[in-house]
Amino acid sequence: MSVAISIDEVVKRYGDNTIIPGLTEHIKNGEFFTLLGPSGCGKTTLLRMIAGFNSIEGGEVKFNDKVINGIPAHKRNIGMVFQSYAIFPHMTVRENVEYGLKLRKMSKAEMKDKVDRILDVVQITEYQDRLPERLSGGQQQRVALARAIVIHPSVLLMDEPLSNLDAKLRVEMRSAIREVQKQVGITTVYVTHDQEEALSISDRIAVMKKGEIQQTGVPHTIYTRPYNVFVSTFIGHSNLFHGHLETADEGLAAVFPDGYRMPLTGLAPEAAPGQEVIISVRPEEFSIRPSGSGEGVSCRIHSRVFLGKYITYGLEFAENMILPNQPSIEYSQDLGHAERMLEVGETVTLKPNAVKVNIFAADGSHSLMAGVVQNE
Amino acid sequence: MNKFHIRWDFWTGITCLSIAVFGLFLIYPLFSLFISAFQDASTGEWTMSNFAHFFERKYYYQSMINSFTVTTSVTVLAVIIGTALAYAMTLYRVRFKNIVEICVIISLLSPPFIGAYSWILIGGRSGILTRWMAEFGIDFPSIYGFAGILLVLTLKLYPFIYLFVAGALKNIDSALIEAAESLGCSGLRKVVTIIIPLITPTILAGALMVFMNAMADFGTPMLIGEGFNVMPVMIYSEFINEVGDQANFAAAMAAIMVLITSTIFMLQKYVVNRKSFTMSSLRPLAMGELHGIKNVLMHAAIYLLVALSMIPQLVVIYTSFLKTSGSVFVDGYSLDSYRTIFESLGTCIANTYEFSTAAMIMIIFLGMTVAYLTTRRKSWLTDIIDTLTMFPYIIPGSVLGITLLLAFNERPLLLSGTAFIIIISLVIRRLPYTLRSSSAILYQLSPSLEEASISLGASPLKTFFKITAVMMLPGVMSGAIISWITAINELSSSVILFTGATKTMSVAIYTEVIRASYGTAAALSTILTLTTITAMVIFFKVSGRHDVTL
Repeated sequence: MSVAISIDEVVKRYGDNTIIPGLTEHIKNGEFFTLLGPSGCGKTTLLRMIAGFNSIEGGEVKFNDKVINGIPAHKRNIGMVFQSYAIFPHMTVRENVEYGLKLRKMSKAEMKDKVDRILDVVQITEYQDRLPERLSGGQQQRVALARAIVIHPSVLLMDEPLSNLDAKLRVEMRSAIREVQKQVGITTVYVTHDQEEALSISDRIAVMKKGEIQQTGVPHTIYTRPYNVFVSTFIGHSNLFHGHLETADEGLAAVFPDGYRMPLTGLAPEAAPGQEVIISVRPEEFSIRPSGSGEGVSCRIHSRVFLGKYITYGLEFAENMILPNQPSIEYSQDLGHAERMLEVGETVTLKPNAVKVNIFAADGSHSLMAGVVQNE
Repeated sequence: MNKFHIRWDFWTGITCLSIAVFGLFLIYPLFSLFISAFQDASTGEWTMSNFAHFFERKYYYQSMINSFTVTTSVTVLAVIIGTALAYAMTLYRVRFKNIVEICVIISLLSPPFIGAYSWILIGGRSGILTRWMAEFGIDFPSIYGFAGILLVLTLKLYPFIYLFVAGALKNIDSALIEAAESLGCSGLRKVVTIIIPLITPTILAGALMVFMNAMADFGTPMLIGEGFNVMPVMIYSEFINEVGDQANFAAAMAAIMVLITSTIFMLQKYVVNRKSFTMSSLRPLAMGELHGIKNVLMHAAIYLLVALSMIPQLVVIYTSFLKTSGSVFVDGYSLDSYRTIFESLGTCIANTYEFSTAAMIMIIFLGMTVAYLTTRRKSWLTDIIDTLTMFPYIIPGSVLGITLLLAFNERPLLLSGTAFIIIISLVIRRLPYTLRSSSAILYQLSPSLEEASISLGASPLKTFFKITAVMMLPGVMSGAIISWITAINELSSSVILFTGATKTMSVAIYTEVIRASYGTAAALSTILTLTTITAMVIFFKVSGRHDVTL
């Protein structure tokens, strides 16, 4: 039976080094839950704590209402898919899949039935008698998935399972995993550093940094309404501008350092006139306005990269406009609707889409948009 | 254009050279030996009588049965001891692990017959332990015969298994164990269903090495075997028999022996190939700690094993400083044994170093170039070379010695008695190991490095010496040092090929022991052991490793 997972103030320490200082999260039964973050953020550590391969120095992990801290890994009834797949090289595909069932002392007939079915689900029936060495990466991945799922684990844990595959196969396996997970309806915790993968596959995503969860939410919220500046820049690209709030006709307006006023709706009650803020604009949230019209912020194009569907321009702003230490300031022009291409060296006026932009407190710690919560 | 035109370049030269070396010094002698096995000694007619002679008399065929029993017993014991030691050393915290490991490697690389000779000094008829126990009226069990060979060879050869298995255990990714645990497996079951199957191919590979070494070993059964005849000893004594017509009979016995070793070789390859897989470990297995009585027992067993392995070395070093009178040790210490060997056996010492070094240089050159040919310039010719280089694995040293001696005993190819023939025998016997490790290194070097060099304007030959060879060298060098160590300790082929002027240290030790001149033998052995240890220290520095692969 699939379970819900409660993680309550868990702590992970290696000697004096605290990796996870106290993390709380609730994963619903049957949910596809993704831990996303840069390498070294503690996501794999957390997953291995749930699995039982890492000790828990503080707090509790519960499967439904049962605390599992003290239960050894082999008694937790988990299914795990490893980054290296960890297929037993001395067993055939079928023997690999049977391994967990044999330990559960299942009758021959029932085992055969189950293995046949799962091999069919992950589409590796034709390779069942091969040794894993003769399989491609994608096929090995399917074996690993089948082996983990066939034992009907309480939770399915996946540690960057697609990172060793090439780009095309990754996309293919992504939907295969998602499909199989929905079919068997099992609570899944999935670790990845690939944001596109996370956005496309998950029911909910937890974005992690330095052992702490920055935001938990459905993919759409994470992208469109990030909780803080880290999330907004880690997921997709965001251009960060200085600015402050002023009173406007209806509510408030954000004012850029060069004086451009952008009336806003949907700010949180906390937002007040005169407050210093960070204005976060995604590259696709700009549109071109006539030069010198004052209908947007003015900048110079200093580079152009053609990407097929889009052209991405590198922009140059006056230094007081933007936050320091950003890798680049970008505008993506959708080629489907572009009237003309811009030239390098040209000065243009770009208008941010007031409905889409995000406003953060000046320290970047939280969003000033109404209804944005850290844990959705 | 002639399409069969061969372009003469460096690599064609190397191809011809290696075919010439293996053809002339391995295939030609071997086949002339086999042919003489089917010939009548006096008339030269084709006959099976040599073989019939062997199988008719119990005295002869018993040696085959003996060889087989003792070799199989040694292999089984070595596998059990070596695997257990590797398991304990890899998965549990063992105190003084480095020292244990070095002792194990020393006992592997030491001259093969030192074990036999030391155990005779300890437990032989007038051995230290035997006499001491006799004072209490206890009869020490005989060290001679089957038991002695078993003891000496097992202690000498279990390190093979240890090194192989320890390497394999380090290659097991801990994710495999975690995967088993996540599927509900724990404890002994993990060992039986995952760990042991994973190391089985490695154990089989190690077992083959042990079997071949034990089967071919000449020094140990010669010294300690006494009435327990085994094939290498039988071949040797028939061959050096003054009655000249025994050479054909010895050849027949050699052929039988090669047949046995090649059958075992094929069998092992067949089994291993059927269940072969590669492992690579991102995260090696974590090391655990044993507690209480289990921990004490494990340490006691390991230290006892190491002590047994090291006793021969220590006994030899100790006795080399004892005063002797003729062949008997008397009370007191002296350096007389050393004085004697430097006076009368100085050339042996020089020979040993010269021959091994010459052989090592040839091995490095041929090893690197031939490995390059067989991995990067594959053709039907290089495939033949690849196959030829497998032969020395299955040919016991004494058989190789006999074949070389027979083949080069007359003009125009009169080479017997020269240093060259001894060096060649060392090269032939060790080259396959260097070749195999060089090819392994080459497979890991991306060909694009060479292509980059060529694209920048270096010729392929220049690229080989400037880029490929330079990158291969550290790996090849460390392998060559091991080859050098085995070369200085080599006995079974040199004992047949040597003459007064080309005597080496190990041959000298053997002849001194046979003459019961134990003091000088001990002094020579001490020099060999110290040289071995020095070379090993260099090996560890050069390779930056803490283990040895052979």
